Amino acid sequence: MLRTKNKFSTERDISGCGLCGIINAKKVKTNGSDIKKSISVEHDRGNGLGGGFAVYGNYPDYAELYAFHIMYDSLSAKADVEEYLKNNFIIEKEETIPTFNTSKIYDHPYLHRYFIKPKSNRPDKLFHELGDDDFVVNSVMLINQNYDGAYVFSSGKNMGAFKGVGYPEDIADFYRLEEIEGYMWTAHNRFPTNTPGWWGGAHPFTLLDWSIVHNGEISSYGINKRYLEMYKYNLALRTDTEAITYILDLLIRKHKLPVRLALTVLASPFYQKIDKMDGDKKELYTALRQIYGSALLNGPFAIVFGYANGMVAMNDRIKLRPLVAASMGDFTYVASEEAAIRAVCQNPDIVWSPKAGEPVIVEFEEKNIHQKGGLIGL
Amino acid sequence: MITIDASGMHYKELNQLIREGIEKGIKKFFLENVNGQYYIGDGIKGDDVVINVNGVPGNDLGAFMDGPTLIINGNAQDNIGNTMNAGKILIKGDAGDVVGYGMRGGKIYILGNAGYRVGIHMKGYNEQMPIIIIGGKVGSFFAEYMAGGIIVLLGLNDSDEFDSEYFASGMHGGTIYLRKKIDFSKYSKEVELYEADEKDMDFLKKYLVDYADSFNIALEGITDKPFYKIMPSSARPYAHLYTSA
Repeated sequence: MLRTKNKFSTERDISGCGLCGIINAKKVKTNGSDIKKSISVEHDRGNGLGGGFAVYGNYPDYAELYAFHIMYDSLSAKADVEEYLKNNFIIEKEETIPTFNTSKIYDHPYLHRYFIKPKSNRPDKLFHELGDDDFVVNSVMLINQNYDGAYVFSSGKNMGAFKGVGYPEDIADFYRLEEIEGYMWTAHNRFPTNTPGWWGGAHPFTLLDWSIVHNGEISSYGINKRYLEMYKYNLALRTDTEAITYILDLLIRKHKLPVRLALTVLASPFYQKIDKMDGDKKELYTALRQIYGSALLNGPFAIVFGYANGMVAMNDRIKLRPLVAASMGDFTYVASEEAAIRAVCQNPDIVWSPKAGEPVIVEFEEKNIHQKGGLIGL
Repeated sequence: MITIDASGMHYKELNQLIREGIEKGIKKFFLENVNGQYYIGDGIKGDDVVINVNGVPGNDLGAFMDGPTLIINGNAQDNIGNTMNAGKILIKGDAGDVVGYGMRGGKIYILGNAGYRVGIHMKGYNEQMPIIIIGGKVGSFFAEYMAGGIIVLLGLNDSDEFDSEYFASGMHGGTIYLRKKIDFSKYSKEVELYEADEKDMDFLKKYLVDYADSFNIALEGITDKPFYKIMPSSARPYAHLYTSA
């Protein structure tokens, strides 16, 4: 019998990145196998040109130090950057990031990590009094812009980004994520749209403790970039996701906006909706739009945003990218597809689709309050 | 009858097995451990083919489908029944975004909620009468640019929440039935709200009976409240968008 032949190629490029996140509110740690399993269900959303993970709680022994993950194209770039680090930071420990040679990931840069803290007598103190976080941000910007062949892809405390060119499940094997434990994980499967698929361009994008994985396209990139440059952020990567990371750093760390308010800057309600609000709320939202108009993200997006206190998942204002959430006990899961959640949690307590522009925010329940502020003596 | 264990199976292999099965004359399929496989039931034909799905099927379920019945015993993801021509899709849980995009025939029944952009660009002509019935609630952009067919929104969970925005904007054909009265002035200026009359209810009844039977729920629980009907005010709302009348 003749089989009907499709004269067109059945190999279709399914455009659309995939993302997922897992958080345990009580900071119970899991290894990287669940997040790998979850993102691998979304394999066909990417095309092998970028995969990556962020994990929180993975460096408990160095929790007070900034963990720099740096990729180098050459050993000379490494030597140059290390000279800068030695002049400005106390390096408690440095080592090659452990990797596993899988046939799926070839052609990778040197991957090195440093557990460091800024020196109190570092040279820049002659000119200004920067706090440690600010100095770290400046250093990341400086290295990424001025040191050829070097790129800092992670700079937070007790967290780390692990990313590269490849499918996420292969990147997970490459970085041996099943040997890493953390209480929060995010993952990304990339289908590059506007910028090339290169090691640094994979998600997550991180700065200090902020990490972002993103599916979509930010059409307001130009105006966001110009706005951030006024605050001395250097957008060296020419990609929209980087801009989201820096906007959140600016709003939350520098301008001290509560997370929820910062998120309404990114996905502000439309004016017609604000007009229907009453009193104080209307005033607040109007003010946010007026002050932070240039930080508004336009265009389709779904993001998962990790920070020291928790995780946020959010859509653009008219839901042009998929996002599903579920919870099971202390675990909350988010993903582009429900199947990615079911792969690691077959019967969640609840499954829901977040509304457009309304963030899912999960923060850690701190058990040891006395440790946090140091004020309550026990 | 055939049972396929889809665990760990790529969508290509799964869909190939279904197509080969249909070609061999198999009428009943049971897909077990489905999780995220795309394109199930896409473009398949055969009015007497029934595919049972256990697990969460992936995106683009039943796109271009032309006759068969898909029974999903749980939730389903995005883009169900894109440009579907004939057949029936039953979702016993919730459906994702963009259900029945450009649908031109057949039935999609959802017991739970549906996401954003249900029935956009849906169309109908003469005997081609696509119908979507949603048991719960829906997201924004419901029936946007609807050009034909029927959508019934039951709101069976009886929540007062109705915050769908851009409801029926650009609608210029077809009919929406609601089991709940809403303040329509807040939504589209391109449509009119009516109380459903006896004729409407007679017309709807056969679909509601079919819906209730499909999910094994009581018809009385559906028809216990008055229905409202939404129709477009004009078949060509944008006829003079760029030109003077």
